[in-house]
Amino acid sequence: MPNFLKAIGCLLRRDLTVALRRSTDVLTPLVFFIIVVSLFPLGLGPEPSVLRTIAPGVIWVAALLATMLSLNRLFANDHADGTLEQMALSPHPLTVLVLTKVAAHWMLTGLPLVLISPLLAVQMNLPESAMGTLVLSLLLGTPVLSLLGAVGAALTLGLRGGGVLVSLLVLPLYTPVLIFGAGAVAGVIAGIDIEAHFSLLAAFLALALTLAPWAAAAALRVSLD
Amino acid sequence: MQYMHKYASPKFFYTLAGKLTPWMAALTAVLLVAGLYLGLFVAPVDFQQGESYRIMFIHVPAAWMSMFIYVCMAGAGAIALVWNVKLFEMFAGNCAPVGASFTFLALVTGSLWGKPMWGAWWAWDARLTSELILFFLYIGYMALEASIDDPRRAARASAILALVGVVNIPVIHFSVEWWNTLHQPASVGKVGTPSIHPSMLAPLLLMSLGFTFYFFTVALMRMRNEILERERHTTWVAQLLESKS
Repeated sequence: MPNFLKAIGCLLRRDLTVALRRSTDVLTPLVFFIIVVSLFPLGLGPEPSVLRTIAPGVIWVAALLATMLSLNRLFANDHADGTLEQMALSPHPLTVLVLTKVAAHWMLTGLPLVLISPLLAVQMNLPESAMGTLVLSLLLGTPVLSLLGAVGAALTLGLRGGGVLVSLLVLPLYTPVLIFGAGAVAGVIAGIDIEAHFSLLAAFLALALTLAPWAAAAALRVSLD
Repeated sequence: MQYMHKYASPKFFYTLAGKLTPWMAALTAVLLVAGLYLGLFVAPVDFQQGESYRIMFIHVPAAWMSMFIYVCMAGAGAIALVWNVKLFEMFAGNCAPVGASFTFLALVTGSLWGKPMWGAWWAWDARLTSELILFFLYIGYMALEASIDDPRRAARASAILALVGVVNIPVIHFSVEWWNTLHQPASVGKVGTPSIHPSMLAPLLLMSLGFTFYFFTVALMRMRNEILERERHTTWVAQLLESKS
């Protein structure tokens, strides 16, 4: 058992180290997130009341797209140099290794998005009272995005046109998270009780945490065949 | 298991499907003609919606089929994954285009029905929206299947996707419904009345049965083609082609 936990620790440390040595990979989705959100005021005009209404949706959609763009990093490099096959051959369950890789991916994309979101909220004129909700909803929602994205990334591993294909597979599955994530922030602005939103987001996280690693591991086995 | 191997052998299934198809096609035609006749001529005019409600006899069965076929596809995919049965791989793969067409039909008829009812071609009604997302799921499935060259690998990858999708469909459906009630407190003229008159129910059920048989007929025909393509190097296909030419 200690062996097994050690493997998880090693993999997590390794993934973080590799990603941080190539820090542009980590920064690109983050910069993309900021740029996409900044484009909306340019397209719609800087009217504060308009920006406030659309802010929850815009920030959430941008987070969805930024996560999706970063998905190819999850397995592609390890697949290219054969590390992934070694992982599949290792005595540890692939499901758990996938979960570890997803955790590393979330720390490198999801967490930075969460941390930078208050800045964008200020930019989009979001009331201060909704700031905490935005951060909390992203904190609950972005791990789900990484987990579901892992299934898409595993399925499209090594395929031609994988980048566009993964968006086709993954974005429809993201809709519930978007609805309740953006809905929670909009609800706070409108003064609605948003406990249900958070309960459902947490439920999605629990569901994705238990089922997505299985699906992603099965998909990896198919892709590695 | 023994029977499964006999009936699931592509050669056996090819001849069996060949014998079944004409009968099923005939049954489809009878059911659709009867359903359309009862729906378009016999069923009474709706007192609120006039004649335009009759599009329901296409729209509702098509929407039902779109979900039924997705579940069939995921079920067949699961069987193919677990027992490695080629026949179910082919069935799952051939469900997708038919299911996508029914979803598209439901979207188009929904939009046509929406024009007189809501005064707009498209409203973000809960059912239409979840139907739209279902359509995207079908497209994703077909795109994934098309981008993998090896048919067996393609079938296994898309079966996993279908299983992920089938877990997600109820979640998406209820999320969209909830989202819809939040954003449109005054619900747009909902059509589904709690009790439906038998004269309207009969054509609805006939049309659904007709669509179901249409789906199985088309799936069998597509599977026969795919069997020939996949087994083209075997002797029985060579013999079959020789006897035909």
